[in-house]
Amino acid sequence: MESVEFSRYLTMLTLSVHVIYATLGVGVPIMIALAHWLGLKRKDEHYLLLAKRWARGYVITVAVGVVTGTAIALQLALLWPRFMEFAGQLVALPLFMETFAFFFEAIFLGIYLYTWDRFKNPMRHFYLLIPVVLGSAMSALFITSVNAFMNTPQGFTLVDGQLTNIQPLLAMFNPAMPTKVAHVLTSAYMTTAFVLAAIAAYHLMKGNKHAYHRKALALTMKVALIFSIATALVGDLSGKFLAEYQPEKLAAAEWHFETEGEAPLMLYGILTETNEVKYAIKIPYALSILVHSNPTGVVTGLNDIPEEYHPPYVIHYFFDIMVTIGIWLTFLSLVYWIALSRNWAFIQTRLFRFLLVTSGPLAMIAIEAGWWFTEVGRQPWIMRDFMKTAEGATNSPYVGWMFVAFAILYVILLIGTVVVLTRMFKNNPAERELERMETEQRSVAK
Amino acid sequence: MTVEILGISVLWLFLFGYVIVASIDFGAGFFNASTIVTKKHHIVNNVIQRYLSPVWEITNVFLVFFFVGMIGFFPSTAYYFGTVLLIPISISIILLALRGSYYAFGTYGTKGHKGYTLMYGVTGVLIPASLSTALIVSQGGFIRETSAGGIELDYVALFTSPFAWSIVLLSLVSVLFISASFLAYYSSVAEDYDALKLFKRYTWIWSFPTIITALGIIIEMRWHNPSHYQGLLSLWWVFALSFICFITSLWLLKKKRFGWSFILVVLQFALAFYGYGVSRYPYLLYPYITIYDGFTNETMAYALVTVFIFGLMLLIPSLYLVFKLFIMNKPYIKKGKA
Ligand code: HDD
Ligand code: HEM
Ligand code: HEM
Repeated sequence: MESVEFSRYLTMLTLSVHVIYATLGVGVPIMIALAHWLGLKRKDEHYLLLAKRWARGYVITVAVGVVTGTAIALQLALLWPRFMEFAGQLVALPLFMETFAFFFEAIFLGIYLYTWDRFKNPMRHFYLLIPVVLGSAMSALFITSVNAFMNTPQGFTLVDGQLTNIQPLLAMFNPAMPTKVAHVLTSAYMTTAFVLAAIAAYHLMKGNKHAYHRKALALTMKVALIFSIATALVGDLSGKFLAEYQPEKLAAAEWHFETEGEAPLMLYGILTETNEVKYAIKIPYALSILVHSNPTGVVTGLNDIPEEYHPPYVIHYFFDIMVTIGIWLTFLSLVYWIALSRNWAFIQTRLFRFLLVTSGPLAMIAIEAGWWFTEVGRQPWIMRDFMKTAEGATNSPYVGWMFVAFAILYVILLIGTVVVLTRMFKNNPAERELERMETEQRSVAK
Repeated sequence: MTVEILGISVLWLFLFGYVIVASIDFGAGFFNASTIVTKKHHIVNNVIQRYLSPVWEITNVFLVFFFVGMIGFFPSTAYYFGTVLLIPISISIILLALRGSYYAFGTYGTKGHKGYTLMYGVTGVLIPASLSTALIVSQGGFIRETSAGGIELDYVALFTSPFAWSIVLLSLVSVLFISASFLAYYSSVAEDYDALKLFKRYTWIWSFPTIITALGIIIEMRWHNPSHYQGLLSLWWVFALSFICFITSLWLLKKKRFGWSFILVVLQFALAFYGYGVSRYPYLLYPYITIYDGFTNETMAYALVTVFIFGLMLLIPSLYLVFKLFIMNKPYIKKGKA
């Protein structure tokens, strides 16, 4: 294999690991803030403890998020030196702003964690979360705008290989940016809510009946529902964006060959040697509706795009996985919400709780699938229309070894995270902490 | 001042910031582990834990700042350094990753595991060594052009160069020196006299090796890179001042003025660091890139400078808050409470 391929695999590996932590990094602060705020407003110890415990777990995921993020940031220059040399002149602004956002987030997170019970006015302590929430959302915004730029570069003119007329803001606010940023943010909030819901559901499934876990589940599932709907809506806009600016990606995702109106949406299935779609679930008109909000709208097919620019056809499956999980989780949280408000008992069955436990991992799989879809779907370009992936890569012969080394590193980090988090919470269950808090309060009251 | 010089000065400042905070951190990890071996761990443990916990993530951001800024202001460094440094920097990343995450695991997760502490100590020495390859390579002489028109690192030249090894050595001893000096001061604020005594001794132990290797490097530069050597000589007074700071800091250490002693250590390094930086002007990488031909376009440069100024307005007050709450806060340092 060549170093380009290894570079691609290593980038893929690092980003796929980073995005697990990054998604939680973007989403957890808002959940902590919500629980903390509810706790203060309703004077409810349960919510306050929830905020505290989430924050404690968050420190661990942030730590790994920071180190994997540092890894990918350096790897961009190590693996794609030509690309960074070129793109660095255009997107340095958001990259630079991202570091400020991190700095800001890191500082206030540190202060928040070490100042529980140190403020006379507890609201003051709560306010420390605002920069944390903003900082993490801004870092997602900035980095996603860089990725959006790779898909729809603009803000410069290329004259004989020389960059001229450079406009950093235009490069940052490129056509792909609004939908991408919105989709990344909503899906991060959605995924985090499901992950936290899955933890609460796990305790309930194991027979724990404490109100603490019930409240946690109800809160996280409501947030999950709201953001599932938002994610699906923005996902629809992302589809419309693709049809206009990256038709080859959408067509490949849909195995849509002939340019035509009344286009059906194909789910799953297989592609034969002669590019026929078999065994697929066909939803008539759905693709035209997704693209044009109109059942007769014409959708560009792959046959109208030169073959060398076709993205790999596997992205079809990535797209399907993402969409299926998205629809399923919206449905699941909607059912939960309706049943909860009408006191239907089936949501307390073991089976339903098991479904809730799987929701967290499923949402994370959707995130991975979404990124693989959009990143693999950009091939053969690293920077669409301007630089091929192979042109951007390093020619160092050692990338394969680095891949092995990093793969081992990530296994260690992932196992470490799981072990440490489970031990941390198992050794100190919420019930015991609540009891301790109550005895403390009683002794203060005396 | 041209915008190129402004850009490199800002980056140099961040690199210096990283060198100081990271040295304290790396050295603290090393002392934390080495005292386990020498059975003095109980003496230093408290002071080290108290300092490290709230600040480790901030240390990392300094590094990210530096290299993101480097690619921003000087994009062509991405090509040269990126291509050549794949292995050394990947090793640094892996070590940094293990260090950062296992520190968090050990501190917030499961307390008191010896394996974490040892890993923390060992990486504290290896990271400065592997990161310093970037500096070594930038001195020129270690990059080979390949027949295919690319470039690659000449590992044989690197590993057999006494100059390279001296820089590695300098990075190690100065890490220990800076760290010991700071921790002596920190223990004096915490009124932890046993720890203070130990760190005071460590400061003495590592002070002279630091200055001797630094001198050695200046002398070796004469053969390794004569034009840079001339540059160093023409700034001899800066290095002389740095040496005076060094002597004064030791004198203050003897007089038990630990805070001032540490400040003079920082000054000593600042002078040497800037003297070194200015003397290699205008080269980023001998002889391939200067700050002029590697510079980004004007528009981007001004955009970055603007962001930088706004960013500082946000950061300086927040950093001040951290400083007040954790680093310079007596009750916190003594009891772990703010
Ligand atoms: C929980 C995760 C999740 C869920 C349930 C969905 N998505 Fe998604 N999707 C993402 C997480 C995600 C993502 C990981 O955030 C991506 C990858 C890159 C990006 O911009 O967002 C993405 C990309 C992405 C793109 C490509 C954008 C581009 O390349 O510019 C489209 C067209 C959609 N999504 C559409 C949808 C639709 C119609 C959904 C219907 C329910 C959906 N997504 C659910
Ligand atoms: C869209 C996908 C990404 C998202 C949403 C994201 C978000 C985040 C978040 C929230 C953090 C903070 C750590 C945490 O809270 O867990 C983080 C860390 C980091 N990320 Fe990412 N990131 C993404 C992709 C990238 C990429 C492609 C790069 C490389 C340029 C990168 C560079 C970094 C760096 C350098 C850090 C560590 C910062 C520090 O030292 O504090 N991230 N990321
Ligand atoms: C964090 C979520 C992300 C994931 C899971 C992800 C995943 C991937 C995958 C699977 C590839 C390989 C594509 C292929 O070669 O077939 C890739 C390539 C790449 N990605 Fe991403 N990506 C993410 C975000 C980003 C962001 C935010 C950036 C930009 C700052 C970025 C920059 C790149 C680059 C430079 C490549 C290599 C060139 C290429 O293969 O086109 N990625 N990524």
